[in-house]
Amino acid sequence: MALDKKSIAKRIAQELKDGYYVNLGIGIPTLVANYIPKGMQVFLQSENGLLGMGPFPTEENVDADLINAGKQTVTTLPGASLFSSAQSFEMIRGSHIDMTVLGAMEVAENGDIANWKIPGKMVKGMGGAMDLVAAAENIIVAMMHTNRKGQSKLLKSCTLPLTGVDCIKKVVTDLAVLEIKDGAFHLLERAPGVSVEEIKEKTDGKLVIPDGEVPEMLI
Amino acid sequence: MNKIVANADEAIKGIIDNMTLMLGGFGLCGIPENCIAALVKAQIKGLTCISNNAGVDGFGIGLMLEQRQVKKMMSSYVGENAEFERQLLSGELEVDLIPQGTLAERIRAGGAGIPAFYTATGYGTEIAKGKEVKHFNGRPYIMETALHADFALVKAWKGDKYGNLVFKGTAQNFNPMMARAGKITIAEVEELVEPGDLLPDAIKVPGIYVQRIFKGVNYEKRIEQRTVLTN
Repeated sequence: MALDKKSIAKRIAQELKDGYYVNLGIGIPTLVANYIPKGMQVFLQSENGLLGMGPFPTEENVDADLINAGKQTVTTLPGASLFSSAQSFEMIRGSHIDMTVLGAMEVAENGDIANWKIPGKMVKGMGGAMDLVAAAENIIVAMMHTNRKGQSKLLKSCTLPLTGVDCIKKVVTDLAVLEIKDGAFHLLERAPGVSVEEIKEKTDGKLVIPDGEVPEMLI
Repeated sequence: MNKIVANADEAIKGIIDNMTLMLGGFGLCGIPENCIAALVKAQIKGLTCISNNAGVDGFGIGLMLEQRQVKKMMSSYVGENAEFERQLLSGELEVDLIPQGTLAERIRAGGAGIPAFYTATGYGTEIAKGKEVKHFNGRPYIMETALHADFALVKAWKGDKYGNLVFKGTAQNFNPMMARAGKITIAEVEELVEPGDLLPDAIKVPGIYVQRIFKGVNYEKRIEQRTVLTN
């Protein structure tokens, strides 16, 4: 069965390592924070100037001066630090972040990503997405395998305006975990009960299927 | 030396039609509420506003948009504002969308006397069109230029009469860089304190960057997404 958004986040959380500094985008990526393995210390970075972001506050601790990049009220954890947007993007652009998770509208077999603009619709802006994809060495895209019309989001080349070129190395969807290398999507894992055939059918870009059984994700 | 002025009306003297302003804040967090109110009252028009966001309907820069005071926005994300969308689609408003890190760095460069810099951000995308590309260590980068403003309007938590500023929480965001990049920088603060009250180590904006400072009043600090833990 295809994974729900929470399970995609759970699978991505398995990529975390103790001591990682991590930037989570809006949407499914934000949910990853709920599945940090117990006993593991991970520092969450919010690009509006916070490292060591904690959970949402209780009603009495809501502080308008403490928000995350999604403009939600949050808290700081012991050991957190606060800084300017310039310093925040020094962390990002200087490749100091160990892992970045973000959503996408399209990903191409060469690692291009499109996630900020649909021509003809209101353009809201790229926010920090172009900075994140240009600098992060370990980017994981969290998205559904197909769009609402059932069309593949894993393409030969992106059709929408790009956010970054040749930068995505891993994609976790509701159907599969894939690695991007040598101009192709390499199937690493499939969602429990999802067939390789279905993944093949729903992947427009070049798909490399390993010899032998493709393991199921452990969720 | 005393940079204190009475209020926002006094502070914005000299801002005239068609100037370029920087306004601090991320979303509605750390925005110069008092200066925005004074600009609305003064009906100054044709402004180019450099600000990460464009406020929301009825608050922040949204108030200036309602009065059609803004000619152009330079921002990274403008998504939360119906009036903004209307003016953009009708051609009344011009917008220059800039990646957030590039925006922050262009402002920082403006204040630091760096005319331009190279960044990987945006290479190969439509924002790279017309920009110089240069390779360093085999990787392509695009050239981005510094930003300056006639006036920078920033909001801090506490400040003193010399213009030294400290911030609270994530209300710092774009304010420290903008303070450095304005020809004239106006700081509004929640508390004016005596020189010496702020720990020198804690000062994020040394007074040299600030020309005018005043104690703001009636801060609303509207919250865009009030999220709380539920049991």
